Amino acid sequence: MLSTKKKSGRTQTMTIRPPQESGVVPEDKANAVELRNVSVTYGTTVALAGLELTVARGETVALLGPSGSGKSTALKAIAGFEQPSGGRILLDGVDVTGTSPAQRGIGVVVQSYALFPHMRIDANVAYGLKARKMPKAQIAARVKSMLAMVGMEDHAHKLPRQLSGGQQQRVAIARALAIKPQVLLLDEPLSALDASLRAEMLIELQALRSELPEIAMVYVTHDQSEALTLADRIAVMRNSRLEEIGTADQLYNRPASAFTAKFLGGASLLPAVSTTVVAEPGSLASVMVGAHRMKALAPFALVPGDRAQVAVRPHAWQVSTRSQETSVSAVNSLPGRVESVQWRGAGHRLQVDLIGIAERVTVDLPALSAVPAPGDLVVLTVDPTHVVLVPAGAVA
Amino acid sequence: MLLHAKSARFTIWAFLAAALLLLVGAPLLVTFMAAFAGSWNGVLPSNPTLDHVGGALATDNLSSLMVSLQTALFASLLAVLLGTWAALCACSSPANSAVSRVSDAVFHLPAAVPSVVVGLGLLTAFSKPPLLLNGTVAIVILAQTLLVLAFAYSTVSAATRDADPLIPLAAASLGASRLRVLVTIRLPLLLPSIVAAAGLAVALCMGELGATVMVYPASWRTLPVTIFTLTDRGALFDAAANTLVLIAVTVTVLAVIAKFRGKTAVR
Repeated sequence: MLSTKKKSGRTQTMTIRPPQESGVVPEDKANAVELRNVSVTYGTTVALAGLELTVARGETVALLGPSGSGKSTALKAIAGFEQPSGGRILLDGVDVTGTSPAQRGIGVVVQSYALFPHMRIDANVAYGLKARKMPKAQIAARVKSMLAMVGMEDHAHKLPRQLSGGQQQRVAIARALAIKPQVLLLDEPLSALDASLRAEMLIELQALRSELPEIAMVYVTHDQSEALTLADRIAVMRNSRLEEIGTADQLYNRPASAFTAKFLGGASLLPAVSTTVVAEPGSLASVMVGAHRMKALAPFALVPGDRAQVAVRPHAWQVSTRSQETSVSAVNSLPGRVESVQWRGAGHRLQVDLIGIAERVTVDLPALSAVPAPGDLVVLTVDPTHVVLVPAGAVA
Repeated sequence: MLLHAKSARFTIWAFLAAALLLLVGAPLLVTFMAAFAGSWNGVLPSNPTLDHVGGALATDNLSSLMVSLQTALFASLLAVLLGTWAALCACSSPANSAVSRVSDAVFHLPAAVPSVVVGLGLLTAFSKPPLLLNGTVAIVILAQTLLVLAFAYSTVSAATRDADPLIPLAAASLGASRLRVLVTIRLPLLLPSIVAAAGLAVALCMGELGATVMVYPASWRTLPVTIFTLTDRGALFDAAANTLVLIAVTVTVLAVIAKFRGKTAVR
């Protein structure tokens, strides 16, 4: 049971429960969605290049990436809104590549919600059921149950324009789930909402997810917190390609690429040169960052002289001030000068220019910690388990 | 241009009001006065009479009015149907694509060509078998349809381009066939624009003369043709009375259409 506060100040209680007729969780964990080398091109522009992706039943996969990375195109290809120029799309093992959206039976919630503006809320939710020629009595019952599921039963006779963004989003979800899809696609469903409502709806989506264990979900977002909250696995997209896919923990703590480290968690990347042999991926490696020695987790094999980058999350740094510019020799300690300090409510964000290395790192300090001032000399220290090596190379 | 001074704003508005009065108001006022004038020898008309208006509402002229109404309504219906269909087809191809550009050019062409040329073209094209339309009602309706088609197409086309393309896709993802999406989603969303196109088409058809005068058969004389004939004969007061009737009927039809349009605008 979730409680949400309306703008009027009245508390609205929203109970999320599965549709009454929902089936039993299938034991078979076959792939609900499978993309085999799917490409989408517009003329000479490649919008999606050779995407390989599987989503199991009951699994949520987030497609995360910046604008133009191909994540929405991938979703449109699954929904049948875009015809792939290459590759195959399978739903429950059946090739649906050439079929129309109507034949796929997928629930889709888009960024603008795409509610039918000339129809009342109950008619919007009933639309897919009427298209399936369901008996009227059953349609009425299903509509009632779906609207109750998202806490919108009191708004059944309103038009979409009479609802707030968050309410419209709930209706869009109810409409998509009314047809009992095996796959639910959500394309940036929270991006049109303000920050507080977005946080509220994220909690509701999380609750909804747990109440619909049989549905495979593909969630497109550019917001890492949404992906980390909702997804079992995250597929990081970049330049129309899949950069990396893995669990949230994997990608956050052991990113395999500099782009993932930077995009998911805003890690600072520093060029490094290996000084040890790492034969077994996952062990600690010694590297030199400028003239400073650092120890870091190496997810790949290394030999001395190999170039890589160390990735450190902003919150992983420890900061201590120092009175003058003395040399710093301790492992995993880097000297720097504070360039700027931003207060961010829950803490402070520092930009620190490293001394002896032409790099700037971002440091997040928790609230109540001593905050240095711009221009202060500091030593940044980080635990080796919070430093991970990623391959050398440009991020952009 | 941004005008902040009150006096400057007043000057601009006064100039605009004077221009409108001179260009639109004066001809209408003169027509109105002439419709009720027994004679007009000085600055103002004299011997006011209802004879001309009575004549305009007599059986002969009323049949002209009915011809105009029927032609306008039928031609507008055809133009709106054809224009909507073309706009829906054009919007299914990407903007600025070859299909879209060709479609725009073809459907806008009649508006770019003088109406007399359209009339002449139709006469030339359909005066010999196998398609012999010369002297029939059909050629009048065809001429007016062609002339207003561009406006109908433009109005609906602009609405289709502005519409959220994800709405019909969302309907399709819910299992609706293309026909169901068209009938239950796309056309209802376009209805305000379709009605607006119909209003514009009716207004244009009711006053159309250039092409009609070249193709009309004697048995199918529209009111603008009657007004032109009366003016040509020097019966200016009768022409003015018929013009008043034409304006009144056109405004009434447009008011009905506007009321219907208001009902369709639920968004």
